Order: sequence, then C-alpha cells, then structure tokens
Amino acid sequence: MKKKFLSVVLTAVLAVTALAGCGGSGSGEETTGAVDGGTTAEGGESSGSGETFKIGGIGPITGDTAIYGQAVQNGMTIAFDEINEAGGINGYQVELKFEDDQSDPELSINAYNTLKDWGMQMLIGTVTSGACEAVVAETYDDNMFQITPSGTSVNSIQYENAFRMCFSDPAQGSESAKYISENNLGTKVAVIYDSSDTYSTGIYQAFAQEAQTLGLEIVAAESFTADTNTDFSVQVQKAQDAGADLVFLPIYYQEASLILARANEVGYEPQFFGCDGMDGILTLDNFDVSLAEGLMLMTPFSADAEDELTQSFVSKYQEAHGETPNQFAADAYDAAYVIKAAAEQANITPDMDASAICDALKTAMTEISYTGLTGHDISWGEDGEPTKEPIVVKVTNGAYEFM
Amino acid sequence: MKRMQKTTRSNLITYGIVIVGTILLQALDSAGSLSSLFSGLLVPLCTYMILAVSLNLVVGILGELSLGHAGFMCVGAFVSAFFSKLTMGTMPDGLRFFLAILIGAAVAGIFGILIGIPVLRLRGDYLAIVTLAFGEIIKNVVNVFYIGRDVNGLHVSMKDSISLNMDAATGEIIVNGPQGINGTPRDSTFLIGAVLLLIVLIIVLNLVNSRSGRAIMSIRDDRIAAESIGINITKYKLMAFAISAAMAGAAGVLYSHNLATLAATSRNFGYNMSITILVFVVLGGIGNIRGSMIAAFVLTLIPELLRSISDYRMLIYAVILIAVMIFNWSRGGRHIKELLSVKLHGIFKPRRKEAK
Repeated sequence: MKKKFLSVVLTAVLAVTALAGCGGSGSGEETTGAVDGGTTAEGGESSGSGETFKIGGIGPITGDTAIYGQAVQNGMTIAFDEINEAGGINGYQVELKFEDDQSDPELSINAYNTLKDWGMQMLIGTVTSGACEAVVAETYDDNMFQITPSGTSVNSIQYENAFRMCFSDPAQGSESAKYISENNLGTKVAVIYDSSDTYSTGIYQAFAQEAQTLGLEIVAAESFTADTNTDFSVQVQKAQDAGADLVFLPIYYQEASLILARANEVGYEPQFFGCDGMDGILTLDNFDVSLAEGLMLMTPFSADAEDELTQSFVSKYQEAHGETPNQFAADAYDAAYVIKAAAEQANITPDMDASAICDALKTAMTEISYTGLTGHDISWGEDGEPTKEPIVVKVTNGAYEFM
Repeated sequence: MKRMQKTTRSNLITYGIVIVGTILLQALDSAGSLSSLFSGLLVPLCTYMILAVSLNLVVGILGELSLGHAGFMCVGAFVSAFFSKLTMGTMPDGLRFFLAILIGAAVAGIFGILIGIPVLRLRGDYLAIVTLAFGEIIKNVVNVFYIGRDVNGLHVSMKDSISLNMDAATGEIIVNGPQGINGTPRDSTFLIGAVLLLIVLIIVLNLVNSRSGRAIMSIRDDRIAAESIGINITKYKLMAFAISAAMAGAAGVLYSHNLATLAATSRNFGYNMSITILVFVVLGGIGNIRGSMIAAFVLTLIPELLRSISDYRMLIYAVILIAVMIFNWSRGGRHIKELLSVKLHGIFKPRRKEAK
C-alpha cells in the first residue's frame, strides 16, 4: 500500500519536473543574459549586458488589432536602426525586442515577463490601452521605465514611471470641443460613437463634459457597438432630425466612411469632425474620397506633411514595408527618439539596472523638449502626459490641408 | 489490506499531481529559479485548469455541449472585482479576497441556475447555440454598466459616465462601461489558485462518484431510461450546470484579481474563450477530469514557450493542436497509447504485488 502511494507520488514528481523544466530553461536564458554583464539586480532581474541598451516593445502583431502593433513595431525599428547607425545612445548601441500580446491584458503580462527575462531595461508599449493598463501596474512594481506610443486611456500611464507619446482620450475630446467652439464650426453638435470601444467612449465623455462648459449644445449622442457597425442609417437620421450642423465622430475611419456615405445618400451635409482614429480614411479601399471632402480631423501626424523629417520617415517606411505609415508608426518612431533624448539628458549607461535607469529617466523626461513627427516642442509633466499643440487638418481635393 | 477501488486510486493520482506540482512550483518560485514568464503564468495556469475541469462537468459528465462558459467566468470576474474595489481599505486583504471568491462563485452559480432553467429544456446543438448566445449577452450587458460612488452612495447608469451625476470632489467611477474596472487589487497568488483548483477537483471528483453524479451520468447515457426510473432530470441537470458555473465564476475571480484591469472583450470573455476552454476539455478527453486539467496546463504554456519563433507561433500552435487531436483519436495513435499503457503496467505490476 505504501509503495503504491510512493509510486503515485514519484510519477507525479516526474511529470511535474518534466514540465517545470520548461520554466527552468527560461531561467537558464536569463542567467546567460546576465553573465555578460556580470551583475544581477535584486529580485533575480538581470541587468543589461553592459554593452548595449535593451529596449523592449509590446503590441499586437497578430489578432484583430495587428495593424496597429505592426505599425508600431515597424516605426520603432526604423527609429532604432537610424539611432544605431548614428552611433547609438550615449555611444552605446541599442537592441530591440518586440513581443506580441494580441491586445489582451493577460498575454501582455506574459509578453512583459518574457522581455524581462531577456533583460529589458526600458519599455516602449503597450500599443493598446487595455493591455497597457495591466502592464503599467507591473512596470510600476518593478520600477521599469515605460513610454506608450499609443495607449490613450487615462489609466494607461497612471503611475509616475509611465509616459505617453500621444494625446490621451480625454485630451483629444476636450481639445476637439475647444477647437470647434473657438472656430465656430457649429453650435448644434451630434456625436456618433462606439459604446463598446474604450477609445471612442473616452473621447466622447470628455468631449461632452467640455462642451457643457463651453456652451456647445449636444443635440444627439448616438452610439453603436462593434456588433452593429455596418448600418448607420438610424444614427445619421437622428442627427439630421435633431438639426445638428456639426457631427463629431470620435471613431475609426472604417465606420466613419459608412457614416459619410449614408449622410451623402440622404443629402445631409453637416460639418464632420473626427479625431486621430479618422486618419487613414483617404487610403481606405473602395472608398469614394470625394465623400470626405470638407471633413476635418485632429491628428498628430499626417504622412502628407512637407517637413523634411516626415518626408524622410515616410519614404523609409514605404521602402521597407511598402505602405504609407499611419499615426501609430509615427508615435512609435517618436517614442524611440524621446527615449534617446531622455537617456542623453540623464546620461545613462547600459550597465545600470532597469530601476536605476527608470529613476534617471523619470526626472529627465520632465526636462526635455522634443520635436518630431507628431508635434513641435513637446514637453512632459510628472503625470506623464505630453503637452503639444493639436494639429487639425481639413480634407481638400482629396488631400489633407493644414488649418 | 484490500486493493483500493480503481476510481479512488485514480482520484488520488489526480490530487497527488496537483499537490506535488504546487509544492514543487511554489518552492522553485520562492527560490527565484523560475523565469519571470513562468512565474507570471502560474496564476493563469490555475485559472484555465479550473475552467477546464468545470466545463468538463457539463460536457463530459452531463453530456451537454455548453459554449457559454466564458460568460460565467465573466460574471464571477466582474462581481468580485466590483466587490473588491468597493471594500478596498475597509477590511484586511486576505479576508476581502476570500469573500470575493465566495461572492464571485455564488453569483456565477446563481446565473448558472437562472440561465440553466430556460436553456436546459433544450438538447444537443440547440442547447449549444443558446448557451453561446447567453455567453455573449452576459458580456454585452456587463459592457453597458456605469457604476460610480461618491459621498451620496452608489450611482448606476446605463448610458454614460456623465449621467452618473456624481459629486465632483468625492466621485469615483468603479465600473466604466466598456472600459471596465481599473485598479482591482492583485490578490491572486499561485498558492490560492492551486488550493482553489484542488477544491474544485475534490468537488467534481466526489460529485461524479456520488449518487447525484451517477444520476447525472445516467441522464447523459440514456435520458429516457433515466427518466423512467424516476430520476428528476431537470434537478440533476441544473445541479451540474450551476456547480460548473460557480466554479467558472471562481476562475473568473482568480483572473480578475491577477490583472490590474478588467474589461469584457471578445478575447477574454467572449465565445473565443468558451471555445478555448472546450478545446482543453476535448483534447484532454471528454469526461476525463485529469486529462482536461493537464491539457489546459500544456495548451496555455505552449504559445508562451513558442515565443522565440515569434510570427509562426500561432501557426505552430494550431498545427500541434491538430496533430494531437489526430493522434488521440486515430487508430494508430490509440494503438501506441495501448502499447504504452501495457508497458507502464509492466513496470508497476511487480510493485503492486509487493504492496499487497
């Protein structure tokens, strides 16, 4: 009897050790990573190899939102290639590793832990807000420097170690309301937003709040969800019936294109106003660009801008990936250069551990001023929010015209 | 001493695997010899194993195909996260999490009964599709709630956060529509997860070998015969369904208290997740509790271990899945398994004789 128990326990032990071996091999890699540097930080985290900065990126490169993650990965890669070619950061080369999270918080944590095992010292990411909120809690615990290129929700950077490259959702909403009110674009506003999407509701809520204080009248606030985003006749009809002279669309361009088409069908011609999610509408397949004529949108980046930096970035991107970069790619490119700027300001070296780098960069971030693809003289507060001027463009003759 | 019953022995092996595995992994983890990735995966592994075991109760033991299991997980996750956010700072962490688990499981169980009453009138494909719909309904309903708290108490809205009309100074939004709940205390630990898994296993394995369990299985094997000998079909079906839902709810609690953010998306609480859990069950063997547990463990681990081949990992994952399914159910595969089990018997037999 006893032996039977013993055999059961022994087999179980065998089975588990075999499985635990998987974990063991992972930690093996970690040690090799740290051996080069010769030092291991507290808590078993490996510090850098001493010769290169290790920067990690997290975003969805498979799954529904893969297009955003891939853009970020591409933009970042271009930036770091340029940086390495020009001699690196503080004279040290940069190593980049990008991990997939399929835009899922749980997988994002796995991606983050994988990067930590690799010896990451700074994190660019994550690309999507939901995943970012989960990861930022981890980076805060580990005191790891984090800058998200495109995580727009407020909670994405709720801790002092996290910074943001793009506008937050509320900032976009309130900036839009201010712009509309200052330029007298309309007095009766209708909003059509996606109530199942955090980005869209986030902007809408801030917009509605700001509109209240500015005296803009919201005559219709119509929502749809990801499951009902193919037919907008009801929402357009309601906006028209309410007599709205401006329709605010804090949504992505795919849905916006259907709304524009529907409004055109029923002969409704208000001023349409969108946010950065609208960027991309002119390159949408099978979309009649003339429908977007007069559309205004607030976007931090436009591939049509004529400054030298944008032109060189766009041509490099097109050469490497065969498509026009979107705003995500630009945000990622800027985030990479912001890390460079902050790292040079703080004068960090790769042999510092992640926590020391984070402490140094946290201070440096509030001291630098950066000009890049997505804005001029961008500066950061301690809350991690960027301060930059919103750029509003208007579609004229099928192209963006700066306002 | 008489030989143990076959089922008892099998159950002891299952418990043994869990207990020894827990002790081993916990020891490795506290010694710091696990990689960050692996120690981060410990709680999710427990979550998915619990889900697989609980779904196996419905699919394997009750014999009904349920595609809405993630819905119950969603209920457990949201209710418990809401509770934890609400009571944060008013009671000790351990007690709060204990209550959260109880509440999450209880509410999910109640939802199991509520949904079970109409759904269990159906059978087969119809039941599968209706559970799928219910799972989606739960996810979508969760997404329209806005709940905030200020000095005047709780405010609930189903429109947007502005209509909560909260006091500006003390207002705090707890559930923010599709943005879900942010800042849930991260109470889940591997040890709690493993204990939960053990409890779930004890419940399911004992249920299967009890009078009620045999009644449930008789419904699966021959409904008419079961009915004719006076088994209350509705009662036993509901029982299995509600217990399964409650356990999925407990898994949801573990899930929501492992991440700082909780939002109901189609990935984590939609039918994608339901199907993933079903895959664990089918791969591990329908009705085979231990098998589904191990399948959940392995299948959760594989995509993470394949990270090194980046772009191809989901492809390889799919290929592995297909290969294992074919191996499990093809004649050649069965033959190999039989050979293996004979050999294993050969190894164990002499020992058993000594043990007598």
